[in-house]
Amino acid sequence: MKAKHQRLTLAALAVAAVGGSSALALSALKDQAAFFYAPGDVKKDALPLGRAVRLGGMVAGGSLHRLADGVTMQFVVTDGIARVPVAFRGIAPDLFKENSGVVAEGKFNPDGSFTASNLLAKHDEKYMPPEMKGKMHETKTLVQ
Amino acid sequence: MDSSRDLAYPCRVPSLHALANPARFLAIARPLTPVLFWAGVALILFGGWAGLTQTPPDYLQKDSVRILYIHVPTAWLGMGGWSGIAISSLMFLVWRHPLAMIAARAIALPGVTFAALCLATGSIWGRPTWGTWWQWDGRLTSMLLLFFVYLGFIALVRAEDERAGFGGGGRIAALYGVAGSILLPIIRYSVVWWNTLHQGQSIGLTKSTIDPAILWPLWFTLSGFTLFFAAIVLMRMRTILARSKAEARLRRRAHHVEVTA
Repeated sequence: MKAKHQRLTLAALAVAAVGGSSALALSALKDQAAFFYAPGDVKKDALPLGRAVRLGGMVAGGSLHRLADGVTMQFVVTDGIARVPVAFRGIAPDLFKENSGVVAEGKFNPDGSFTASNLLAKHDEKYMPPEMKGKMHETKTLVQ
Repeated sequence: MDSSRDLAYPCRVPSLHALANPARFLAIARPLTPVLFWAGVALILFGGWAGLTQTPPDYLQKDSVRILYIHVPTAWLGMGGWSGIAISSLMFLVWRHPLAMIAARAIALPGVTFAALCLATGSIWGRPTWGTWWQWDGRLTSMLLLFFVYLGFIALVRAEDERAGFGGGGRIAALYGVAGSILLPIIRYSVVWWNTLHQGQSIGLTKSTIDPAILWPLWFTLSGFTLFFAAIVLMRMRTILARSKAEARLRRRAHHVEVTA
């Protein structure tokens, strides 16, 4: 075996080893590395109680209500599988609205509802000019 | 070692080894540099002008969507730069290609600059769109890691220079360059594997979820920044070649003085 071939074999083995080990690590991370819980995840597994988590999904159409105090709002987050009622007190980002993606930071309550301390608007991968708004958009990545 | 087979070797891979000779590389790189540089600048300027004035705003993000004409090329070159470092490192380790490590170290600085620009422009866009400058989601975190991996590569190259003289080492940095490439698929697929705040893949060669009316200037800035990047890499490769030549000459002279004294 020539030295060059030896080096090539070693390099190929090293690349395969690095690739294989990281694939294993990533598959183990799959659930832990998620940025947020989808309502369907919570329904499938247990409620992640007692710690700060994020809940992500679509704001269900017609579910957004602002309370009389002016700073509290209630809405429902859905991913097409399950629905979670959310209460939030504070200032929402400009892009937060019904039928749009949202990531809420906060805690689950034992009754399955969610109390948010911060809201992030989740934008989807679609970009279009205003006159095309009629061809409605959906955050497909969030609705299974 | 079988010398007759080694002599036959350059004939099998002529394109790579034709460039192994620095003089021949320089003869091509010297006239190519200004062509790439000015073509890149022209494309960036045209794409930037078109992106600021000739396209409609997004229906939701309004004018802040226009940052994509910078953000996407910087992300592409931040990752493309590391692909270049990984391929060069592999060529250096396996084939001992004399220009490979020079190419890898020439890519590192523009690569880390574009990775930083990608993080900065993304952050500026994230504030009005998501409502946050930074979140530890899969895409953002893996891109930040790539930025740090670039810094590590630059530090390793410098450390090897100090130990073995300018351009003398390179093996440790090359191994690191190959290992670091594992971040590239993680960045690429982070938005597929995990729930992320960052939106999914929106640009493909055949299908994009960005409306053509908004998308088209991106092809100009994307190709423009790529040519610009290539020109910077060629400039830096020529600088590194010139510097290693000068340092070798200095070493020879110092040796000569020692011997005659």
